[in-house]
Amino acid sequence: MDATPLLSVENLAVRFPGARNWFGRVTSEVHAVNNVDLVVLPGESLGIVGESGCGKSTLVQAVIGLVAPTSGRVVVEGHDFAATSGRQKTQIRQKMQIVFQDPQSSLDPRLPVWRLITEPLHIRGGMSAAALRTRARELAVSVGLRSEHLDRLAHEFSGGQRQRIAIARALSTDPELLILDEPTSALDVSVQAQIINLLLKLQRELGLSYLFISHDVSLVRHFCDRVAVMYLGQIVETGPSSAVFDHPAHPYTQTLLASVPSLQNSLQEIDASLTGELPNNRRLPTGCYYRERCLVSSAGCEKLQDLATVASIGHDVKTPNEAGISDHMVRCHVGVTAALRLEHLA
Amino acid sequence: MTDIGMKPHALSIENLSLEFPTYDGAVKALDGVTIQVGNAEIVGLVGESGCGKSVTTMAATRLLPEGRYKITQGTIRLFGRDPTVMSDEDLQQVRGKLVSTIFQEPMNALNPTIRIGKQLVGVIRRHEAISRAAAETVAANILSDMLIPEPSRIMQAYPFELSGGMRQRVLIAMAFSCNPGLIIADEPTTALDVTVQAAILRLIQGRARRTGTSVVFISHNIAVVSQICDRLYIMYAGRIVESGPTRAVLDSPQHPYTRALLRCLPERVQPKAQLESIPGTVPNLLDPPAGCFYRPRCLEADERCHAKPQSTTLTGGQVVACWQRSKSQTHVSNEA
Repeated sequence: MDATPLLSVENLAVRFPGARNWFGRVTSEVHAVNNVDLVVLPGESLGIVGESGCGKSTLVQAVIGLVAPTSGRVVVEGHDFAATSGRQKTQIRQKMQIVFQDPQSSLDPRLPVWRLITEPLHIRGGMSAAALRTRARELAVSVGLRSEHLDRLAHEFSGGQRQRIAIARALSTDPELLILDEPTSALDVSVQAQIINLLLKLQRELGLSYLFISHDVSLVRHFCDRVAVMYLGQIVETGPSSAVFDHPAHPYTQTLLASVPSLQNSLQEIDASLTGELPNNRRLPTGCYYRERCLVSSAGCEKLQDLATVASIGHDVKTPNEAGISDHMVRCHVGVTAALRLEHLA
Repeated sequence: MTDIGMKPHALSIENLSLEFPTYDGAVKALDGVTIQVGNAEIVGLVGESGCGKSVTTMAATRLLPEGRYKITQGTIRLFGRDPTVMSDEDLQQVRGKLVSTIFQEPMNALNPTIRIGKQLVGVIRRHEAISRAAAETVAANILSDMLIPEPSRIMQAYPFELSGGMRQRVLIAMAFSCNPGLIIADEPTTALDVTVQAAILRLIQGRARRTGTSVVFISHNIAVVSQICDRLYIMYAGRIVESGPTRAVLDSPQHPYTRALLRCLPERVQPKAQLESIPGTVPNLLDPPAGCFYRPRCLEADERCHAKPQSTTLTGGQVVACWQRSKSQTHVSNEA
């Protein structure tokens, strides 16, 4: 029923060494990403939301190969990324590109724009300078820069224009998946709107898939088809944006949405205990990771739950194996039944 | 120096213009800014980066580097006193005791080598003649007021041992510790997560309301500001373009810039629909355009906009600086 995925992440875990003992042996580990499963279909946008420190950025860095996963697989168009090598690895790499949060630090200050944009092609090799320049001009125009900008340096541009340069650079290898790591959080709202419009236009024209990381819930709702909510390196809820944001099933998602400042309603009264912070990820909590902050924790929470399909009225709860990619799933045995959601809406 | 019989405004800035001389000429950072902050009032200052929000409040507390800026016209009154002519000793008494500032990045505002408790006690004893032990009690109380669990343990900690949200709470505690009459909160939640942000906003609002403290809340995020402020000032390129009660400004924005700013937000449109963006860029303040600064980007601009617009007060307390609103004072809906 679902198309073949462009990217699938299977049971991915990333741990970093925390402390070492006198002999240099690792004595504690930072559990950044804990057994994440993700799928991105061709042409869709998947949003990842969560607080800082929840592992969003580590997850995408593992996807693109900037950090080595401790366990689990990243599969791109049916090829296991870690198992490939040589030319095939290069080819897979070129299908995925990343746009970082801060264009100030992700663009080389000493290269002119045309070199910046074609840097990935330059690394791949096999193109003359003249060809690179022609390609740079095409890319620059496609992201709304003008051809006279090509010989300038990054510092001569505004934040929004620098982010356009970063997008043009990411597009240079004709990728199928763009990873956007908070691409607009350093920008003003009017400029943010321009960049978001540009990304949506590029998606329509080129059929790109996006993996969009953001802490801005209203932006993710606007931009993404599906969304995954992360908490302490784990996906706690996933599904179509409208389902997750309109009928959040996990207590954490509900708190997160209630905290989002909105023009419509004034400051909401939230229980003070909910505004706590992420637990230490050096020693993972036993059972449900959210248990200590959760208001509805009850019997069963001492056991770590699996993602299960949220029951809509008249349907049974499905396990992940039978569920489709775009089902609304939650890692909470309370939220999986409709009761919690009805309470939330009331 | 206070006016007889009437309590002066916490902060009153009249027609303030300020420029920074550079080798390329004077950067006109503020141009005729007028802001009134009443007692026990929470006022929001909103605008995009570089519009002069921080410069306005830093001029008011004289935190700008001496000799690097020039006030070309206008007056500043902090509780009826003029900070520009105060002696350094007076100024140090005013800062912290009458006015205190919460900065955006708490790690930069706290001393990394001194324990939290000692920093708090230092601030309190600087302004109040009480013993160290008494000051420690005050500090512990105010920390627990900020919903910090185990204040005594936190007071023994160094800033780097705390999370960003905790550090920001410490900074807010420090700002409130001498019961100032005015708090300037300069983007206090920008570096924080939404759940922590919600808590911090509530803390600032709750404490200010209880103690009758005035707050100037600076933010680029109009949604955040709308949550806690009584009145809003919208700034653009060093000028106040619109001001008024929060609900009035949000429900019927009058200035084309305010409207555009609200329409840029993804909150109000259908998913995947084109977001409205403001064409063009902010003017160069070395050489701003004649007349209305927003004119080059404005869709409603006409001949009159080549002259500087005067502020017009509308019914309901909204003040707008736009030629298009000065003639017809009819209610223009948000959707228009």
